[in-house]
Amino acid sequence: MPKSENHLKQGPDETLDIHLGGKWQLGRDNLSIRDVNLFLEQHPGTRRIIFNCKNLDAWDSSILTFLLSLIRIASRKNIQVEKDELPSGIQQLITLATAVPQKEDAKKSVPEPGFFETVGADTIRFVHSIGELMEFIGGAFLAVIKLFVRKPRFRSQDFWQFLMDAGARAVPIVSLISFLVGLILAFVGIMQLKLFGAQIFVADLVGIAMVRQMGAIMTGIIMAGRTGAAFASQLGTMQVNEEIDAFKTLAISPMEFLVLPRMLALTLMMPFLVLYADLMGVLGGALVAVGIFDISLPMYLTRTIEVVGLNDLFIGLFMGVVFGILISLSGCMRGIQCERSASAVGDAATSAVVTGIVAIIIATSVITILCDIIGI
Amino acid sequence: MVDMENKEPIIKIEDLTMAYGDFVVMRDLNLTINRGDIFIIMGGSGCGKSTLLKHMIGLKKPAKGKVMYGEDDFWEMNEVQREILMRNFGILYQSGALWSSMTLAENIALPLEQHSQLSSTKILEQVELKLSLVGLSGFEDFYPSEISGGMRKRAGLARAMALDPELLFFDEPSAGLDPVSAKRLDDLILQLRESLGTTVVVVTHELASIFAIGNNCVFLDPISRTMLAQGDPNILLKENNDPNIQSFLRRGEI
Repeated sequence: MPKSENHLKQGPDETLDIHLGGKWQLGRDNLSIRDVNLFLEQHPGTRRIIFNCKNLDAWDSSILTFLLSLIRIASRKNIQVEKDELPSGIQQLITLATAVPQKEDAKKSVPEPGFFETVGADTIRFVHSIGELMEFIGGAFLAVIKLFVRKPRFRSQDFWQFLMDAGARAVPIVSLISFLVGLILAFVGIMQLKLFGAQIFVADLVGIAMVRQMGAIMTGIIMAGRTGAAFASQLGTMQVNEEIDAFKTLAISPMEFLVLPRMLALTLMMPFLVLYADLMGVLGGALVAVGIFDISLPMYLTRTIEVVGLNDLFIGLFMGVVFGILISLSGCMRGIQCERSASAVGDAATSAVVTGIVAIIIATSVITILCDIIGI
Repeated sequence: MVDMENKEPIIKIEDLTMAYGDFVVMRDLNLTINRGDIFIIMGGSGCGKSTLLKHMIGLKKPAKGKVMYGEDDFWEMNEVQREILMRNFGILYQSGALWSSMTLAENIALPLEQHSQLSSTKILEQVELKLSLVGLSGFEDFYPSEISGGMRKRAGLARAMALDPELLFFDEPSAGLDPVSAKRLDDLILQLRESLGTTVVVVTHELASIFAIGNNCVFLDPISRTMLAQGDPNILLKENNDPNIQSFLRRGEI
């Protein structure tokens, strides 16, 4: 084996003589700790390690990591390491690195959980999350009741701000989506109805579907993605900055000061947005019917007014109110539960949207079934 | 004025164990803070100083033991009692924790609007006074994101003082402050105690501050996970023989 600048040599008296030389740089292959291990296995009687650094030109942290692991191995095997020959800079840094003993229990050792453990932990977490959800809803309900008893604790300018965010600023996207949904409904419907020569019934299809269900659902989903996520990230960031702690310790209830105005604003604006979405949907349907399939506009509109009842409208608006409560509650809850890191804020927003949409779907089913039972 | 001889305990911590999940931070803490004390919580970084503070202000529930305010256990109180007690708290958080959607003036005005019956002009006067005490007059309409970290900390202090609380809690108040501001802060703390009789609990490891303002302190040791001593830091320096405390109080130069 050609002798490089770095090599291991067996010295007298069961000594390992390590020659360090050349340039030690991160990313450059010098001596590795594996070589030392190999040497020690081959020479189990080694009692002492000495160094020879005459040819060492330059070094950086790479030599320190090598020496530190060497020292660790040596102390495990009761081998004495003589550091006197090392350059004094290296000696000082080694002293510094070994001055504070490693904190044994600070390093998190996470054993890989098994299948059953994972399922169990997830189930427990799920049950806890239901508890948290109930607690949060209860708290929000109490806050609403307190609103009737004493003057609101939140600032009116905040409330107006949220009204604008959850109302006027959402109009463009709600217009676009509901117009398109009306358009698609009409297009798909009319293709089928044409087979029976019943094109005019597309007004029934679009009108009832939009007003009774789709207007509210689409608005709900838009608002969950838009406003629910915004609420979660606002409150999540406040949690990260200790701002929510500051409210709590000043005896200002985050529920009354932060959650309530958001919830009120969204719940108040949702029915208006739904009403508007209904209108846009019907217009979208009308565009297809009138523009492509030769149904006259007055005919389409008259037909729509004839078939869409007030109860359809009220069911839609009622769903809007319910969705408003659900979206704002899930947004605020995920925000307040947020942990203290930037990625946690992202998770909170994601989770708020998912929770919001799931809640919307469940609520829609429940309301639809109830309406069926009462017969409206 | 405060009678310094009158040692009436205001906070008593009994057998407190602090833990995050299964990880015990500190155990067997027993300490008493008297009215008018400037009480220092000290110890190496990561030993649980801020966690102890969080237990005192009700942000973290003890794993075991009690935090007593006068005769009452903080965690046994009902909501109304707790709210009344917490109105007497002023807290300066490590990062300031100003409400970022509000201007400095609104930040300081909010506790007053929520907990006092003052008119808006009176509140404005208070805001100006508190900001001038921390050297931030003229910054009323700035948002927290528009000022520097040190200024945010001082604004946080102004907010903590908004309601003239009986109890002030400071989490590392002088970290991030320049030496002159740090000295001003120490003077302000002493002044508050002299003039208003405020009890101050400070988490810090600034030795200069500890000796200048503290008249009572607790030393938390991360290795044994408990407190090593309580008492006047100046007396601890002279009389306590524990090597950890001596090394801490003398910057490791024993």
